[in-house]
Amino acid sequence: MTTTVTHAEQKDSPYALTHLDALESEAVHIFREVAGEFERPVVLFSGGKDSIVMLHLALKAFAPAAVPFSLLHVDTGHNFPEVLDLRDRTVAEHGLRLHVAKVQDYIDDGRLRERPDGLRNPLQTVPLTEAISAHRFDAVFGGGRRDEEKARAKERVFSLRDEFSQWDPRRQRPELWQLYNGRHAPGEHVRVFPLSNWTELDVWQYIAREGIELPEIYFAHEREVFSRDGMWLTAGEWGGPKDGEPVETRTVRYRTVGDMSCTGAVDSEATTLESVITEIAASRLTERGATRADDKMSEAAMEDRKREGYF
Amino acid sequence: MTSTTSPLTAEELSATTLLRFATAGSVDDGKSTLVGRLLHDSKSVLSDQLEAVERASLGRGQETPDLALLTDGLRAEREQGITIDVAYRYFATARRRFILADTPGHVQYTRNMVTGASTAELAVVLVDARNGVVEQTRRHAAVAALLRVPHVVLAVNKMDLVDYAEPVFAAIAEEFTSYAASLGVPEITAIPISALAGDNVVEPSANMDWYGGPTVLEHLETVPVSHDLTGCPARFPVQYVIRPQTAEHPDYRGYAGQIASGLLRVGDPVTVLPSGRTTTISGIDALGRSVHTAWAPQSVTVLLADDLDVSRGDLIAPTGSAPAVTQDVRATVCHLHERPLRIGERVLLKHATRTVKAIVKALPYRIDLSHGLAHDNDPAALEVNDIGAVQLRTAEPLPIDAYADSRLTGAFLLIDPADGTTLTAGMAGEAFAEPPSAAGGAAGDEGWDF
Ligand SMILES: Nc1nc2c(ncn2[C@@H]2O[C@H](COP(=O)(O)OP(=O)(O)O)[C@@H](O)[C@H]2O)c(=O)[nH]1
Ligand SMILES: [Mg+2]
Repeated sequence: MTTTVTHAEQKDSPYALTHLDALESEAVHIFREVAGEFERPVVLFSGGKDSIVMLHLALKAFAPAAVPFSLLHVDTGHNFPEVLDLRDRTVAEHGLRLHVAKVQDYIDDGRLRERPDGLRNPLQTVPLTEAISAHRFDAVFGGGRRDEEKARAKERVFSLRDEFSQWDPRRQRPELWQLYNGRHAPGEHVRVFPLSNWTELDVWQYIAREGIELPEIYFAHEREVFSRDGMWLTAGEWGGPKDGEPVETRTVRYRTVGDMSCTGAVDSEATTLESVITEIAASRLTERGATRADDKMSEAAMEDRKREGYF
Repeated sequence: MTSTTSPLTAEELSATTLLRFATAGSVDDGKSTLVGRLLHDSKSVLSDQLEAVERASLGRGQETPDLALLTDGLRAEREQGITIDVAYRYFATARRRFILADTPGHVQYTRNMVTGASTAELAVVLVDARNGVVEQTRRHAAVAALLRVPHVVLAVNKMDLVDYAEPVFAAIAEEFTSYAASLGVPEITAIPISALAGDNVVEPSANMDWYGGPTVLEHLETVPVSHDLTGCPARFPVQYVIRPQTAEHPDYRGYAGQIASGLLRVGDPVTVLPSGRTTTISGIDALGRSVHTAWAPQSVTVLLADDLDVSRGDLIAPTGSAPAVTQDVRATVCHLHERPLRIGERVLLKHATRTVKAIVKALPYRIDLSHGLAHDNDPAALEVNDIGAVQLRTAEPLPIDAYADSRLTGAFLLIDPADGTTLTAGMAGEAFAEPPSAAGGAAGDEGWDF
């Protein structure tokens, strides 16, 4: 008995898919499974790149029929205007229905209090959870990717949440083949992550291949920024800069888009999709490491927020 | 010189294929070190991740960064220093994108290796060169064989601790290969490595010039990810019916799904199961493009010539090579949950896009994977991590293939109807393929087709 060593001659058959086709097919399969098995699915949609890619995949999955889901945006109140603009144009163009849950409403009527550090991303959990139970959504699509963060690396494509939206990493259902188990008790729901197996680079390559429109802030532009915790934050009425944080004009772009209070811009000259892709392929920092204050809080910051019901 | 040392161009990046693979090995065989090295040497560990690992390692008094912390993402895992759950890792070279299912090595986590292997096209089984083939190695080879992972790599690790001696490697490779072949594994590639020193992981080893084969990464980059699909019958589980009912598309009625195996062509005569009605394919929409041919694993929408009653849960297959429809399912299963599986238990069976009620009729035997597949007949129950045979009766007929013939339409889950818990992973038909050397050579020399 000898071992097989024939690698040099091995060729893929003409039926091998490119990695983008394989990932697209997997995501479409996930959307259709949810449409087939749930009563009231919703897509979390912020106008950021991952949610725009999710919506693009959903549109392809059900064409020429309409997407059989509504959309939900948890609005932190500190949004980039370019992002809200694209959000609203996209919703109108495809005749979709958008629900908006506003963190500001919760702060105004005292149900939530502003944090001392001014970060608003962590405040999204309560409005999100309440919107899910108020609308009785049973499946909630999120744009989370396993390459983003080490706790996410362990999360299932179908992730069961209890009535409080909590995630228990030790009690996850094993996920085998493409058999997703979406059974849940009344009041519980399932978070679904169709982009689980995508990387940041895949998302950008797919955007380029499909010609998907993104908010301009993803491309290099001049902006008034100030430095906090090693990140460039946008100067603005949300709370920056404080004393001793000088404002300067730099050429930057965003790699992720969240609340203005904790999403940093990176120095960049990349004004086209092509140059963004080249920049990401050469980057020595992960997308969240470069740009998110909310993940730097502790080693298990993301795991803890997810347990409490975060995206 | 390797493809992994410089950033890739946009063009290089978009023309790659995707390989899903899983790692296995006992505790301390060097799995985490190998994975860490593959990620590190392919420049997939970015500096903020490495800094986080360094901070965490220092925090617990380790001087060198513990690359295992890259994959052990949960608080409990880092606290206990073990891997509990399957973690998925992503990296890329100029030739391929990789999805790695990093599965824990402890015996009690057999279910996690089964989970990782269920979607893997390749499994890397690690062995410590000083210990050779041990009980866990046989268990992992058996899981790879059971799940029909098409390619198996034996990585004989820690060659630096046995003076890079060829006879040590050859003896282990020989023992493993004959064991795996007896389970029906069609293709085994054995590679001598040192995960710690980097020999034969990404770069060829200067210490083992007697070895002429590929490094681990070269092999991962070049192993074929798909077979000639024309040989396997098409299987198309219907996920959803697309009916726009708009002025533009008043009569459009398409069946959406992901092709589970084989090829579909416009004009093919097909049978819809379980009803058995026949028609032909009149059109295929491949996510916005109308095509003549589509193949696994593409997601498409199929249009049929006749107006049949087709809905989610049905299976479309070529007339003439459609699977038999049955209410009696014999299968090999891996039990995944702490709650044991017993005769008489009422469960839900999820197969492709259909979920039906089922009852456990018999538990003929349990298999001891570590001792030459010894059968323990008529067990009282299957406990968590047990692998055994199950006989089920379903409330409705199912078009189920033998897992050996079609991985996706031969697989199923058993689910607890009370709380939705996933209990058991099932594979219809016989547990292990015929060894390739057996008379008639059932599995043939070309490997398994999926
Ligand atoms: N000498 C030597 N030690 C190794 C090698 N690979 C791993 N080790 C060591 O073996 C121990 C266990 O390795 P680890 O990767 O944690 O094993 P795992 O339990 O399989 O993940 C660690 O102390 C490693 O440094 C190798 O190729 N040579
Ligand atoms: Mg380990």
